[in-house]
Amino acid sequence: MFILGDMAVFALLFGVFIYYRGKEPVLYAAAQLEVHRSFGAVNTLLLLTGSLFVVAAVRAVRSQMHRIAQVAIGAALLCGAGFLLNKILEWSDLVANGHVPAGNNFFMYFFMLTGLHAFHLLVGLGILIAMLALSRRPSLSKGQFAFFEGGACFWHMVDLIWVVLFALLYLAHS
Amino acid sequence: MTGQFGAILRNRISLIWLVLVVATLVSWWIGADDAANPHLGTAVVLIVAFFKARLIGLYFMELRDAPLPLRLFLEGYCLIVCTTLLVMYFTIGIARTT
Repeated sequence: MFILGDMAVFALLFGVFIYYRGKEPVLYAAAQLEVHRSFGAVNTLLLLTGSLFVVAAVRAVRSQMHRIAQVAIGAALLCGAGFLLNKILEWSDLVANGHVPAGNNFFMYFFMLTGLHAFHLLVGLGILIAMLALSRRPSLSKGQFAFFEGGACFWHMVDLIWVVLFALLYLAHS
Repeated sequence: MTGQFGAILRNRISLIWLVLVVATLVSWWIGADDAANPHLGTAVVLIVAFFKARLIGLYFMELRDAPLPLRLFLEGYCLIVCTTLLVMYFTIGIARTT
């Protein structure tokens, strides 16, 4: 239910962004030119690959191949950390060039939406670490396995939200 | 261990990942093509984004095999949110630029 609620909140925020973008199309178009699409694209590829590793981890745990699950979660953690590092570099570059949240409405929404998403990613990384700890156990209880599957779903939700944010913030034209 | 790892990924899920990667690269290319029809490009980019979201939901979150209400939530989410954003984009934004 938490995941569905999160998706609904982000849907509302997508709508708010499109609405205000429509009010100031020229400003948003000019501001968007300052955002590097390559940062967004690389981050999308990192999250998609991280998700593939998380799927592998779930399947490995189901097959009692816990060592494989540990490697897969480790790889997903690296993808997530890479996303975060890339995001920090992107934010630093924007701020260094004077593009701050208070600058205009585009950057206010850009930092708010990417910041909120990054917070979810951080929570996702924490969940992945908990999943890694679980996969070190020789066997999982029913509840632990449910947590493992729920954690994987949360990670995929972070991925799902990002693919829409990538389209809205980096690719859509005014 | 590499063989076991490969066995887990050597199936439809890797194909879905590949489709998602190709869709990302295609959207990136469309989004970067400023000289082309920007409004049509935006519509394609948004539709591709929700197509990707649906694939993530169906195959990565495994909602394809989930109870019907969950599957319907995903299908409805992708359809309704995508349509709403497109309608808002074409009625609010473009009306002001033309």
